[in-house]
Amino acid sequence: MTSNAPVAPVKDLDGDGRSEPVRPRKLTKAEKRAIDTKNRLSSPWASAIAIVIALLWTVPTFGLFVTSWRPPADIRTSGWWTFFGDPEVTTENYVEVFTGGSTDFASAFINTVVITLPAVIIPITLALLAAYAFAWMEFRGRNILFVAVFALQIVPIQVTLIPLLTQYNNWGLVGSFWPVWISHTIFALPLAIFLLHNFMMDIPRTLIEAARVDGAGHVKIFFQVLLPLLVPAIAAFGIFQFLWVWNDLLVGLVFGSGPDVSPLTVRLADLTGTRGTAWHLLSSGAFVAMVVPVTVFLLLQRYFVRGLLAGGVKG
Amino acid sequence: MDYLLGADSSTQKLVVMVVAILLFVGVMALVLFVAELPKMPRWATVVFFLGPALLLIAFGLVYPAINTVLSSFKSPNLQEWVGTDNYVEVFTNPSMRRVLLNTLLWVLLVPTVSTAIGLVYAVLVDRTRFEKLAKTLVFLPMAISMVGASIIWKFVYDFKPASRPQTGLANQFLVWLGLDTQQFLLNWPWNTLFLIAVMVWIQAGFAMTVLSASIKAIPDDIIEAAKLDGASNFRMFRSVTVPSIRPALVVVLTTVAMATLKVFDIVYSMTGGNFGTSIVANEFYIQTFRTAQRGVGATLAVLLFVMVVPIVVYNVRQMKLSEEQR
Repeated sequence: MTSNAPVAPVKDLDGDGRSEPVRPRKLTKAEKRAIDTKNRLSSPWASAIAIVIALLWTVPTFGLFVTSWRPPADIRTSGWWTFFGDPEVTTENYVEVFTGGSTDFASAFINTVVITLPAVIIPITLALLAAYAFAWMEFRGRNILFVAVFALQIVPIQVTLIPLLTQYNNWGLVGSFWPVWISHTIFALPLAIFLLHNFMMDIPRTLIEAARVDGAGHVKIFFQVLLPLLVPAIAAFGIFQFLWVWNDLLVGLVFGSGPDVSPLTVRLADLTGTRGTAWHLLSSGAFVAMVVPVTVFLLLQRYFVRGLLAGGVKG
Repeated sequence: MDYLLGADSSTQKLVVMVVAILLFVGVMALVLFVAELPKMPRWATVVFFLGPALLLIAFGLVYPAINTVLSSFKSPNLQEWVGTDNYVEVFTNPSMRRVLLNTLLWVLLVPTVSTAIGLVYAVLVDRTRFEKLAKTLVFLPMAISMVGASIIWKFVYDFKPASRPQTGLANQFLVWLGLDTQQFLLNWPWNTLFLIAVMVWIQAGFAMTVLSASIKAIPDDIIEAAKLDGASNFRMFRSVTVPSIRPALVVVLTTVAMATLKVFDIVYSMTGGNFGTSIVANEFYIQTFRTAQRGVGATLAVLLFVMVVPIVVYNVRQMKLSEEQR
């Protein structure tokens, strides 16, 4: 990453170009690229396009955020952009969406938390063990099995819903959190195994072999040698899976439909169907659902990007 | 045990969650303990490490996939075999053909447009002073649920007659331009395009992030050489940047295409599939859970599966090609 390379002060390079020929020192690459950038963005069109894109990507969210704090009567009769002329703020929308009988986002929030934590911890643990076996154990059919697991990433979850639902029904699990946990775990496994396996293969073989020579078994190697080195990889996939589960609608809708189980996304989608014009509830409800993933994302963006670049995205 | 299956108060739910996690940890500890017992044959250790994951995958992916393929040849209640009737229905029924056409529009437009926007934006903000902030702004929709994004955009598209004060930003712009206000989500094919815009809004950040990383990895000497040859910025973009990041472009396009095929949340929460906006992933849900046409639902799920395969094959082949070139 050249952008992270230490950069010499560039204060002389203010674009007049005069001082450069007499300077004995050659420009560093980073400096040259900085000049290129300056030239590029000095084109008004380039800046205009960048600004328009940035606005299109932020203003809609900002508008809904402003709306969530306006009194319902104002929301119905004027645009959110008029708010700044005559700011009137209320917390009423949030109170109603949290505690109102028809919304009750407080309990949905708990449901989402209760769904998310096990649905992140369980698949990561299982995938770590499986990835370890694929990476560091010798057995017949290893490659074929690994390719098969990799290939199963492409199975759309729609294909699995009805047979799974039938099974959960037979086992009497429907209406509890178990179907949601189990389903999220299953859907996460192929990608998780693939990603963690890739990370594990980057660990030098000599480390593992040294531990083996010292007489360590697989479990000991796994916990004492590999796990500490895998923390960034686990963080990367963990955030991934966290965002996926927290924001998921389809699994929640199919397996967690009861009011005691249904997560925020399901309540929110219900609300758009039943009270599609109640913008004071929709806006505040959307932000209740958004605040945790957005915070996590902003704090741990670095790990998330690493996960993405390691070749994983799920849809 | 009833308690574990039917928690209704918040405390109970949290307790059930903790119990579930502890139960899982306990079982795994036991499995690993047994796996590490002396004299355990090697194959048994493999089974203990790999078994739980493979069992779940077999139960939750392999078996259901086979089952659903079989169901696609069955009647609505899955009791009788009906041959290829469901497939004939999906390909001949006019409203189903509309669904297929919409899906085609989605899968062509979302990857290309979001990759184009992501690429242009990545190049424009690369190495500027605001790069980090600028990228975070466009990346942020990835952290928002698709239901949340749908609400954000439904509000942008909100309709009021032109004579009244507007509440939707898009219609306000039309009013400012002196035009009549529009029902953005009512008339096909425009409503499908406006739904597609939401998915583009979500996916562009992904495209931008991956492409930006690969732009930064272009070797400096290539750029220098082009500079020495006097290449203009646009020329540079077309002849140096784009060819150098071609493998990343392929990965982004195919990944977004796969995500687009499976996406259901946007249509479900913005129009519910009404006004001719349904796509295969949404129609699957309606046929299976609303109208109880489970045979047709299974057919649509299989179709989804079949459509993903060529994209994946192309992706894998491109990856192999670029590895050979290296």
